[in-house]
Amino acid sequence: MEWFKKPKNGLVSQQKKEIPDGLWTKCESCGEIIYVKELEKNLWVCHRCNFHFRIKSKDYIELLLDEGKLEEYDNNLISTDPLKFKDSKRYPDRIRDSRKKTGLNDAVIVGIGKIENKEVSFGVMDFGFIGGSMGSVVGEKVARAIERSLERKIPLVIVSCSGGARMQEGILSLMQMAKTSGLLAKLYDANIPFISVLTNPTTAGVMASYASLGDVIIAEPKALLGFAGPRVIQQTIGQELPTGFQSSEFFLEHGFLDKIVERKDLKKTVSLLLEYLLPPAKTS
Amino acid sequence: MNGQYLDFEKPILDLEKRIQDMKDFASGESLELSREIQLLEKRKDRLLQDIYSKLTRWQRVQLARHPLRPHSLDYINLISTDFVELHGDRGFADDKAVVGGFGKIEGRAVMFIGQQKGRDTKQKLYRNFGMMHPEGYRKALRLMQLASRSGKPIIILVDTPGAFPGIGAEERGQAEAIARNLREMFRLKVPITINIVGEGASGGALGIGIGDRVLMLENSWYSVISPEGCSAILWRDSSKAPLAAEALKLSSFDLKELKVIDRIVLEPVGGAHRNPKEAADILKREIIKDLGELSELEIEELLQKRIEKFRRMGVFSTEEYHLPERGEPPENIG
Ligand SMILES: [Zn+2]
Repeated sequence: MEWFKKPKNGLVSQQKKEIPDGLWTKCESCGEIIYVKELEKNLWVCHRCNFHFRIKSKDYIELLLDEGKLEEYDNNLISTDPLKFKDSKRYPDRIRDSRKKTGLNDAVIVGIGKIENKEVSFGVMDFGFIGGSMGSVVGEKVARAIERSLERKIPLVIVSCSGGARMQEGILSLMQMAKTSGLLAKLYDANIPFISVLTNPTTAGVMASYASLGDVIIAEPKALLGFAGPRVIQQTIGQELPTGFQSSEFFLEHGFLDKIVERKDLKKTVSLLLEYLLPPAKTS
Repeated sequence: MNGQYLDFEKPILDLEKRIQDMKDFASGESLELSREIQLLEKRKDRLLQDIYSKLTRWQRVQLARHPLRPHSLDYINLISTDFVELHGDRGFADDKAVVGGFGKIEGRAVMFIGQQKGRDTKQKLYRNFGMMHPEGYRKALRLMQLASRSGKPIIILVDTPGAFPGIGAEERGQAEAIARNLREMFRLKVPITINIVGEGASGGALGIGIGDRVLMLENSWYSVISPEGCSAILWRDSSKAPLAAEALKLSSFDLKELKVIDRIVLEPVGGAHRNPKEAADILKREIIKDLGELSELEIEELLQKRIEKFRRMGVFSTEEYHLPERGEPPENIG
């Protein structure tokens, strides 16, 4: 286990690296040209249209956990190549490149932290690592995070950001949906609260397993949320998709979300929800 | 594919036709002809063995989709008596892509749930090609919970090209419906046997796929994504599906090796469609075996083992894993 050190100056967005001069960037939603320093100060949210730029898993640790501190577990779990999977790249090369690019060992970080002094078992996914996809390592780490909730009787908070199950591990990836949901059945029966936080995007295998099983489910604004990818749906039905389809707002409208919460309000909202979800303190 | 048979089945069908023609002509009178027929029969058996002992994964995918392959209702009718079909999710609709109801196997009452495909165009549309909507997963869950409360074991037949990707499906919460089933199936207080009889595509299959035993018919497939879907994403070309089928390792033999399924149910030579009755009899014996073993367990133990079964799945390393040397991109791919 290892402690995350507080980054020196605020959140580091994934987009930052992609801007050559690092001074200005364009909002991918409204096209506004924004001064990067301003964007950073605004937690990577567009001041004009409120678009939430994608940020890294470590940024959510900084944003949500007291002192930006996570007692990390299971960082030693590494993907192997059980299928000997090859497409345009061999899977081990894909893993190697992602590890190098992100500095992460896989697409989720798990551990124990505190949210306004309430201890939680915490997990946060990172889209930068093969699209936040869930293979054996992500499934196992989330499973262990649930087990830590069960053992310590502390709430579970998972911030999801994922395109779904990881194709390169085939059926084993699909089974991670079953594995995590089985443990969530235990958590459910143990009456331990689970808050699921959805960020852009959360779809497919992750959306159709633990991300949808929170006692309370909240999402950042304008995130892409859904089961099937928009392109697949469009090809299947052969017609244009309505505007706003599969957004956080769409999810809220159709009853699959408790609340849309802006990034700046995430911590206090999760904290307040935990306060309500936790059983009343015993008076002795 | 050419109508009612697959390309690699053609030599056998040709031979069978010749044998039949000869039989019609001879009607058992000519000794010479009957010897000729015997020889042809032997050749046919050898050919069957030859073709079916070394099928590629893609050929098995094609067999799983064979136009004559038995579907869930065929199995239910061949396996059980007194089947009473029950309908609807009590919320929105009755999804025709999934059937369910009580029936009896050798006199023992069970709940059947099966994804259902159609055979002709009209039926295919009626069954939505076996692709369920959220109301289908909710209908299945309602019936499974009914079985749980009435103490009847649940027999699941999986055969789907995937959960339906459409606007209505998203509006009504496809992801939520599948996720809820995944959790709730771990809480059902009766034995559950999962039997993949045809196609097992992704979350659409897993959404009714949690159980105490998971069996696959020899020529069925089960995967995180269909070969076509995988090929479209990774090769940006859905015609690479045969390659994707190989890469995904989706056959019953692969899944046994990956410890995802308990047993492979062998089909009659040439595939279940060549003898549906025999295929159903074999499957029935396997189901009865599972039900016998599972009914010995106390409910608490059953549920504990169900979670542990899936808890074990996955392959990873806990040491610092040394990735193999960087390789050249594989040939003729990409
Ligand atoms: Zn904007």
